[in-house]
Amino acid sequence: MANLIEDKPGKQILLLGNEAITRGALEAGVDVATTYPGTPASEIADTFSAIAKEATRQNKDPGFYFQYSVNEKVALEVAAAASFCGLRSLTCMKHVGLNVASDTFMTYMYVGCRGGHIIVSADDPYCHSSQNEQDNRYFALFGGAPMLEPATPQEAKEMTRIGFDISEKLSLPLLLRTTTRLNHVRGPITLHEMQKPRKKGYFKKDPLLVTVPATARVRHPVLLKQLEEAEKISETSPFNEIITIGKPKDVGIVTSGVSFTYVKEMAEELNLNVKILKLGMTHPIPRTMCEKFIKSCSSLVMVEELDPFLENQFKALAFDVSADVKIYGKSTGHFSRLYEYNPDIVAEAFSKIFKMKNPFPQPVQSVLKAPRRPPSLCPGCPHRATYYAVKKAAPKDTIYPTDIGCYTLGKEPPLEIADVLLCMGSNAGMACGFSVATDQKIISFMGDSTFFHAGIPPIVNAVHHNHDVVITILDNRTTAMTGHQPHPGTPYDGMGKPAKLIKVEDVVKGCGVEHIEIVDPNKIKDTTAAFKRALEFKGPSVVVSKSPCILLEVQRKRKAKEEILLYHINQEICKRCKTCIGRFGCPALYFAEDDSVHIDPAQCNGCGDCVQVCPFGAISAEEYL
Amino acid sequence: MKKKISIVLTGVGGQGVITAANILGKAAVKAKVGVFVSEIHGMAQRGGAVVCTVRMGDVSSPLLPSGTADVLLSTEPVEALRNICYVHKKTKIITDINPIIPFTVAVSGDHYPKVEEILKELSSHGELYTIDALKIARDAGAIITKNTVMLGALAASGVLPFKPEVLLEEILEDIDEKYKVVNKKAFEGGMKAIKKE
Repeated sequence: MANLIEDKPGKQILLLGNEAITRGALEAGVDVATTYPGTPASEIADTFSAIAKEATRQNKDPGFYFQYSVNEKVALEVAAAASFCGLRSLTCMKHVGLNVASDTFMTYMYVGCRGGHIIVSADDPYCHSSQNEQDNRYFALFGGAPMLEPATPQEAKEMTRIGFDISEKLSLPLLLRTTTRLNHVRGPITLHEMQKPRKKGYFKKDPLLVTVPATARVRHPVLLKQLEEAEKISETSPFNEIITIGKPKDVGIVTSGVSFTYVKEMAEELNLNVKILKLGMTHPIPRTMCEKFIKSCSSLVMVEELDPFLENQFKALAFDVSADVKIYGKSTGHFSRLYEYNPDIVAEAFSKIFKMKNPFPQPVQSVLKAPRRPPSLCPGCPHRATYYAVKKAAPKDTIYPTDIGCYTLGKEPPLEIADVLLCMGSNAGMACGFSVATDQKIISFMGDSTFFHAGIPPIVNAVHHNHDVVITILDNRTTAMTGHQPHPGTPYDGMGKPAKLIKVEDVVKGCGVEHIEIVDPNKIKDTTAAFKRALEFKGPSVVVSKSPCILLEVQRKRKAKEEILLYHINQEICKRCKTCIGRFGCPALYFAEDDSVHIDPAQCNGCGDCVQVCPFGAISAEEYL
Repeated sequence: MKKKISIVLTGVGGQGVITAANILGKAAVKAKVGVFVSEIHGMAQRGGAVVCTVRMGDVSSPLLPSGTADVLLSTEPVEALRNICYVHKKTKIITDINPIIPFTVAVSGDHYPKVEEILKELSSHGELYTIDALKIARDAGAIITKNTVMLGALAASGVLPFKPEVLLEEILEDIDEKYKVVNKKAFEGGMKAIKKE
């Protein structure tokens, strides 16, 4: 991290795409950065946080303000306000985060920004860690935001740095649209000098910031005018360029983002003679440049991941200039609208389009089948204990709406305790609906960070309408899945400063919930009894299941030099009933070749939950670490 | 040096595969060699399968075409098998021989093949080198240095465009003084241990 804040222009260092974005913002003198964590965007904000925390520890000023906001909408509003005061701001989020922030985003474009404001959207083609693979380039088109799309970490840094200038020049927030294969790629970065932040701004009042209908009607044409200016910037932007491979005549390729890296390498490998129009500023596209490119080609290949965002625009342009050009892409079936691209996909499509042999061999396949290795709840995860207790308490056909977080992994066998999931906070909203539609029992689940993010309004809804539901808040006091970021339920903030801890149960009480159970899930019998009482209660009840994330707990114990118990199975007592594996499913437990059950000491985190699960008392703590 | 070098690193979440890939990338930057490192994580942190690609030299793409890896370096035997699509007959497949059984075997009836069967299959696809990295790490003084052992083996394979010392220096750069000796021992152990099947 130390080299990330070095002011050494010209020095080359290796950075993750996400770190490069943070560095670019620091080089541009960013004043305020906000986020709600989400993969693949998390490391952008985590890097700001790490720098701020280190400064706090040394009693120094990091030069910027950083916040893990309660959700993406609030994150965008906090940063927008800073921009209204003339400060440079950055807000980063995963693609679906922009759905949450979209209400703010759409009208923000009408009023525009003052200090430069970069909004980073990290899209996730292939849904590596997401519930969909939506193409957020449409948000630029939809709202009217200028947009940059980097292909490499170096470009991500430069686009962030220069993006602030573009945003300020146009008085429009700029969308930096990235994808997983940019966020999570490391590459060499050449450092640029750091600009000093402005730090304190001043809010100059302007009635045109109040978007009543009369103002909105005035602002919309202003936005369209600004987009005309943006197109002019796009026409001369160095981020839009033509690269030639071999001796090109009239064959062109149009591409953007990481797809460019596959296109360039595969065009070289296949010895193609092509010119590549690499678009870095993809909204607005440089119309004149694109028209000229189209007219110079007899065939065009469009290579872009996900939706035909550029392809459809190029078809419209080709029509406008009456170009005699064949356009290959998604509509001709050569490229897919699905998932991530890679060199294989691009080579295969090129060999079909250019009628040549694919030089790469068919990948070999193994005869032996590898056992699956999906992610799972960690050994000692308190969610497993909660789920186990719920399954003991609830009737068989109980509906389990779940939510976004580690606990979604409860979907896997043997627990299989996740029936429906849409988005952040959807568990409780859907629980309300199920209670109207069916007589089945409903127990929904969300984490504590999700509760603060989007879980409170549906609880208010459940109370107001007296829905007969049990809503569970799995309170492990962190945002675990994305890398243990703080949230309003932690006593410190993203800058490492003390912050007001808001108790989940206090909020729930304030929402008017009359039946609240607070449990320690590691006491499985008590937890089962609590869920039984909650199920019996007519009307909305909330169970707050409180136990820290085991990864943090183990860390804490190691630091405090507290004992971590190691458990083992007494083979003389064990009846091999398989309850511990077949029903509880802790991954530290395994069958040996002779079908006896053991605990892997390298994986056991010493929670002791399996002791309570074993019906024969065969499990106990053996020794101390 | 070859124009392009592609290395695929695989293992299980928590084994430090991403850290190892990062170290390789930093060593390349230091040696003034072009480099891209790609990592797949997110949910993989929770004990899932992890794959990283490291590409050096005159490369544009962080990902490699199938069947073009120079080295497949795996910290777990079945994970080498899972990524066999990247190898060709001359790929050096370097794998640790200690299985980590995924929970799907106990819970969902998946089958973990015998290690000998896995190694036999791997050797039919490329040049196999096996290594008991766990034992070497333990002998060096800390199981946690298993990754350093693997990097030692990789350095000994002769594929890297820089000297083993450059890699070792990068490994030692960010670690506590007290662990430097152990890591150096682990690295050297890995270099010596790589043996052809």
